[in-house]
Amino acid sequence: MIIKQLTVFLENKTGRLNEVSQLLGISGINISAMTLADTSEFGILRMIVSEPEKALSILKDAEFSARLTDVICLNSPNEPGALARALEILSGESVFIEYLYAYSMDNKSANIVLKPDNIQKCIEVLQKHKMELVSASEMYKI
Amino acid sequence: MIWNEKIECANRDEMRTIQTERLIETVKRIYHNVPSYRQKMQEVGLVPDDIRSIDDLSKLPFTLKTDLRDNYPFGMFTVPMSEIVRIHASSGTTGKPTVVGYTRKDLNSWSEVVTRSLCMAGVHREDIVQVAYGYGLFTGGLGLHYGCENLGASVIPISGGNTEKQLQLMEDFGTTVIACTPSYSLFLAEEMEAAGIKKENLKLRIGIFGAEPWTENMRKEIEAKLGIKAIDIYGLSEIIGPGVSCECEQQAGMHINEDHFVPEIIDPETLQPLPAGEIGELVFTTITKEGIPLIRYRTRDLTRLNYEKCACGRTLVRMEKCKGRSDDMLIIRGVNVFPSQIETVLLEMSETAPHYLLIVEREGNLDTLKLMVEVQEQFFSDEIRQLEALRKKITHKLQSTLGISVDVKLVEPKTIERTAGKAKRVIDNRKL
Repeated sequence: MIIKQLTVFLENKTGRLNEVSQLLGISGINISAMTLADTSEFGILRMIVSEPEKALSILKDAEFSARLTDVICLNSPNEPGALARALEILSGESVFIEYLYAYSMDNKSANIVLKPDNIQKCIEVLQKHKMELVSASEMYKI
Repeated sequence: MIWNEKIECANRDEMRTIQTERLIETVKRIYHNVPSYRQKMQEVGLVPDDIRSIDDLSKLPFTLKTDLRDNYPFGMFTVPMSEIVRIHASSGTTGKPTVVGYTRKDLNSWSEVVTRSLCMAGVHREDIVQVAYGYGLFTGGLGLHYGCENLGASVIPISGGNTEKQLQLMEDFGTTVIACTPSYSLFLAEEMEAAGIKKENLKLRIGIFGAEPWTENMRKEIEAKLGIKAIDIYGLSEIIGPGVSCECEQQAGMHINEDHFVPEIIDPETLQPLPAGEIGELVFTTITKEGIPLIRYRTRDLTRLNYEKCACGRTLVRMEKCKGRSDDMLIIRGVNVFPSQIETVLLEMSETAPHYLLIVEREGNLDTLKLMVEVQEQFFSDEIRQLEALRKKITHKLQSTLGISVDVKLVEPKTIERTAGKAKRVIDNRKL
């Protein structure tokens, strides 16, 4: 259930993001989801990639500050109110969310990547409420 | 082991007798051989006979780095060039280099003081010493080299740079002592980590670090990362090079080889000598040198002296780690800032690597201070609020220590340039 998200510390400098995507591209690593959080000084790039361990070592070799972070992914119906229902459950059980990002796969479903404060508890809560979690292998394949 | 027990453990009266004898002889020599010294002494109405004891030292005029530059290259030498067997020069980052010449006897004295220093550090004949200071005009490499040979240790004269080779020889030759700048030792530690070399697989036990200021926290970091005892050695080419003073295994101040170099502490403003224990500018008088003896040379280094007998048994006066320099003080919005203060704040926070760069700018009429700090890999969080919290913590600490605001910028590890020589810590872009 736990997905290894690749996180990279980036200074706000021209070309750094480009460097990351090129490094991964030439090594045949696919990015299935990504988000870039930025402050005025630096950015944090979060990605779900096809081979997290390999991608990590490639970036480290290129002297990027990178690490793998545990996240989970919730598959939710692509319809009004679906996200609200999921969040309602989590807040009802006092699961705090550090950040999330989401993307629609098609008309039917959407994936929501979550970084909760307590990942085990979050998984238990979601499973208890019969919410569908995407497996790591599925995520890396997308 | 104490290399020269008779001198290093002499009582104060014995030392003063040696110093008096040698000072009188030195003053006579320079008065008769160096026109610029004679002129300076005449200006204050002094003749050599006025100097009768080491207590008369403070009557003599000071020597400044500019005196060496004004007499570039050989004008301050007291002996004919036929007596000079070696020439060294400072890097000369601000104008012409400072040139020094050594006679055969000077080189012997230099080897003697470096050998004493190595023994203070705990080095012995069985050790394999990798000298990673630059060889050449810089005094670091050759200074350490001849001291090691004099001691009987095995020297690897690898010089600075070429990190890969440094690590290879360290592993293959079983280096037990490394001599380099403290910042380069941290760079080596980083590269070791990157190359997957464990400190347990090396035989390193002692590091002899000098040529740039470093803090106690940096010492702790070096000792932990390399698994060694980190010893501070002090020197400047004008006086002789490395070996002017060095820490013993007590790591409680650097023993000055005061039978060769007599220290004084003065107030850099009033130029008056300060009592023992007070912090001020360190001034040296060389009393054995033949090539280029210097009288009351102002080092610009700020420190204090301790005349108590050391637990190691030596009585040689000890100087504390330099607190900064009387001339690299930055004045920012009217506030005096020493880069060493910033370093101390940073090193108190375990989260930050000691690699930083201070940039001073003038925007309109306002001076701004920007600090780039490298974020260590193990601290790097994927949560912005934690990184922001680190930045705020550094900012607040600096503000309370310095009394002015500093714009702190977190940068990627290894962004700030590393060099095998002295680390560049400050860039002053103000056009004043």
